[in-house]
Amino acid sequence: MTTKLKEVDVLLVGLGWTGGILAKELTAAGHKVVALERGGMRSTENDFAVPRIRDDLRFGSRNDLMQNPAKDTLTIRNNPSQLALPMRRLGSFLPGEGVGGAGVHWNGVTWRWNDNELKVRSLYEERYGKNYIPADMTIQDWGITYAELEPYYEKFERTAGVSGKAGNLRGTIQQGGNPFEAPRASEYPLPPLESSYASELFNKTATELGHHPFPCPTANASRAYTNPDGSKFGACQYCGFCERFGCEANAKGSPHMTVIPIAMKNANFELRTHSWVTKVLKDSSGKRVTGVTYTNVMNGQEFEQPAGLVVLCAYAINNVHLMLLSGIGKPYDPVAQTGVIGKNYCYQTGASANLFFEGKYFNPFMGTGGLNARTDDFHSNWDFDRSKYGYVGGATLGAGMTNGRPLGYRPVPAGTPRWGKAWKDATAKWYNSAMNINASGAVMANRYNYYDLDPTYRNAFGQPLMRMTFASKENEHKMGRQIAAVINEIAKAMNPTHLNPASARSGSWSVVPYQSTHNTGGTIMGANPGNSAVNKFCQSWDCHNLFIMGASVFPHNSAYNPTGPVGALAYRAADTLKNVYLKNPAPLVSA
Amino acid sequence: MSEENFGRRDFLKSAIAGGAAAATVSLPAPAAAQPIPAAPAAGYSFLNPEEAAFVEALVDHMIPADEHTPKGTAVGVHIYIDRALAGGWGKGDRLYMQGPWAPGVPEQGYQLPLLPAELYRNGIADTNQYCVKTYGKPFDQMTAAQREEVLKNLDGGKVTFESGLSSRVFFGVVYQTVMEGMFADPIYGGNKDKVGWKMLGFPGVIQVNQQNIVKYKNKKFPVDPVSIADMS
Repeated sequence: MTTKLKEVDVLLVGLGWTGGILAKELTAAGHKVVALERGGMRSTENDFAVPRIRDDLRFGSRNDLMQNPAKDTLTIRNNPSQLALPMRRLGSFLPGEGVGGAGVHWNGVTWRWNDNELKVRSLYEERYGKNYIPADMTIQDWGITYAELEPYYEKFERTAGVSGKAGNLRGTIQQGGNPFEAPRASEYPLPPLESSYASELFNKTATELGHHPFPCPTANASRAYTNPDGSKFGACQYCGFCERFGCEANAKGSPHMTVIPIAMKNANFELRTHSWVTKVLKDSSGKRVTGVTYTNVMNGQEFEQPAGLVVLCAYAINNVHLMLLSGIGKPYDPVAQTGVIGKNYCYQTGASANLFFEGKYFNPFMGTGGLNARTDDFHSNWDFDRSKYGYVGGATLGAGMTNGRPLGYRPVPAGTPRWGKAWKDATAKWYNSAMNINASGAVMANRYNYYDLDPTYRNAFGQPLMRMTFASKENEHKMGRQIAAVINEIAKAMNPTHLNPASARSGSWSVVPYQSTHNTGGTIMGANPGNSAVNKFCQSWDCHNLFIMGASVFPHNSAYNPTGPVGALAYRAADTLKNVYLKNPAPLVSA
Repeated sequence: MSEENFGRRDFLKSAIAGGAAAATVSLPAPAAAQPIPAAPAAGYSFLNPEEAAFVEALVDHMIPADEHTPKGTAVGVHIYIDRALAGGWGKGDRLYMQGPWAPGVPEQGYQLPLLPAELYRNGIADTNQYCVKTYGKPFDQMTAAQREEVLKNLDGGKVTFESGLSSRVFFGVVYQTVMEGMFADPIYGGNKDKVGWKMLGFPGVIQVNQQNIVKYKNKKFPVDPVSIADMS
C-alpha cells in the first residue's frame, strides 16, 4: 500500500553536489525543499575518521562508499546485436551513493568546459567543413555558451575550494597557467598545490618539446580555506587516500561539508535518507509532473510524495534510469533515430605509459586527487589542426602522483613475472622509482552508444535495469593513436631506465578494469525537443516542472572531468528557479 | 620521535596547524591505554584440510622467503584468504546474483552463478584433480617446478577443468586474494608485521606530507609503516 504525503514545493531526488547546491540556494530564498536520498547520512567526523577511512581494501578495492550493484546495476554490451549482461560487480566506473554522493569520493579535478564543447558542431563545421563530422557522430551544440556559464563556474570553484593558476584573465595570457583555457574573470580561490617530482620531470621535457604544462585545477585545498559561505577547509596533507575515500581533513571540496550542512540548518529543508525513488509521476495531460513514488528501504514501505517542482539530482546514470522508468519523454531508438531519452551516452578514453628511473625517488604515496601537471595542447587549443588526424575532440595529458596505495599501485617493467622471487625483487625495486604519463581523451556521441531499459534483468525493487550499449568508435581510436605517440615521444625524451610505452586502446570497452566515473548523456540538452530531453536551463521539454541536473544533460563528453560544468549548471539552475521559474512556472524556452 | 615518523599525537597537532580541519578530525581513544590487538588467531574458519594444504602451498610458492619478506604463510596470506572467503566478500557482498546466466564476453566481466567462496572451493578441487591427472599428485605434494608450471598454465588460460568451471576466472580471483593478503592492512589477517608495506616502502595509514612533499623531492622517504591497529 502506498501512503500519500502532503505536497511540498520542491522535491530533490538525490543529495550530492547538485542536490546540495539547490537545497542551499532554494531554502535560503524561502522555498520549502525536501530531498530524498537513497543512501545514508555521512559526516566527516563519523565516516571519514582516521585510521578507519584509510582502509585500502574496504574503500579502495571493495568500493564501500559506492552504490551496491547487488541492489541495482546496469546491463552492458558493446553493440546493439549483443546480449546485454549485468555488471555484476563495480569496475569501470564507481557511482556514488549516500549524502554527498560521488562528491565525497571524487579526486577534485575541476575544469571549465568552454565553447569547443558547448558549440561543438558549429565550430567543427565552420572550421573543417560540413562533411568532417561522420554521419553516425550525433554531436550537437548545447544551446549555452561559455560566457553564460562563466560566473557560475567561478561560484562553484569558490564553493569547492579549487586550487590552480589562471592562464587567461579577461583575455590576457598568464604565465604558469593554462594558455588555452577560456577567459576567466578572476584567479582561482587557492594557489596551486605543491608540485610532485613526477610532474616536474614531465614539465621540463614537455616544455622543451613545445608543450605548455600547467598545474591541474583541483578541489584539493592547497592551504586552509574558508569559502564564501563560511565552510571551513583544512590544508591538503597529500595523504594519498583521495579518490574512493572521504577526506578526514575536509581538504577536498565536498558537498557534505559545504552546501549540505548549510541547507540542513535551514528550517525550510528536510532530508529523508534511505528513501529510494522508483518513479516520477505525471498528471493526465502528461505536461506536468505531480511528484514521485519512493520506498523507505528501512522497512519497504512505499510513499507518494506530491511536489510542485521535481529536480533529478541523482548520479547521471540514475537520472536517465528514472526518466526511462517514469515514461517521461520518448525513449531513443538508434535504428529509427527517433526519441531522446537514453541518447548520446558517452564515456572517456585514455592512454598511459609507465616510466622507470633507476636512482630517482618519486614517493608515490605523497599524492592527492589532482596533483598533476597537465597540457591542453591537443584539447582546448583550437589552433591544433585535428584534420591531420581526422578526429573530433582531443585529449589532455600529464603526469603527477595521486596515490601509492599498494593494492592498486605496484608498477613493474613489462615482462616481469607475476609472482615469485623475481616478482618480489622488481616490485620492491620499482615501487618508489616509477612514474606515469597519462592522457584523458574525449568521447564523441555516436548513434549506437545509448541507454534503454533491459528486457530481462531487474533490480531489488522489481524494476527493469537500465541497459548500456557502448563502444569507443574510430574517432576515439584515431585520437588514441595520436596521443599515445605524443606520450611516447615525451617519455623517451625523459630517458627512463625502462619504459612501458603507451598504446591506443583498441578493441571493445570492458566493464572490468577501472577507467573513469565520467558517464555522460542520456537526458541531453539542446535547442529543441526533437534533439534533446532538456532545454538550456536543464528544464524538461515534456514537463516544465521537471529539471535534470548532472552530467546526464551533457550532449557529448570532453577530455576534461565533468564536475566543473555539473556545479556551474546547478548554480545556474538555482538562479533560474529562484528568479524566474518559481515566480512564474512555465516553459522557459518555447518549443 | 623523528620528524618523519608521525604518531597519532603528531597527526592531531599538524591537523590543528592545518587550520580548519582540526574541528572535524576525530581520532580513537589514546593508543597508550590499549594493547595493540594481536593478529587474528591461526586456525581456519572456511578452508577444509585439503583446501588449506593447497592454499598454504600456493602462497608459499607465490611469495617465497627472501631478503624482502618471510614466505607467504609466515606473512599470514593463507589466513587472509580464509577470512575473506568466510566473510562478506566470499558470500557475495556487492555482487549482483540474479539470473539468467550466460557466459558473455570477457568485456562483460564476471558472469558465473557462483559466490566467490564457492568459486574458490570448486576451483581448488578442480585444480587438484588436474594435478593428480597430470602429475599424479595434488598441488601441495608437487615439486616447485611442477607447481610453477601449473600456475603458469592457469594464468595463461591453458588448463581445462572437467567441471566446466573457467580456470582463467578461478586464477584471477586466486591472484587477487594473494595480493590482498600481502598488501592489505594487517587487520585482515595478512601482511603480518606490515612486511608487505615495508618491502615497498609504503607508510600506511598515517601520512602528513604537506612539508614532506617538498623536503623529500627525489629523496627516499624513511618509512616505518603505521597500520589501523597501530592507531587504535
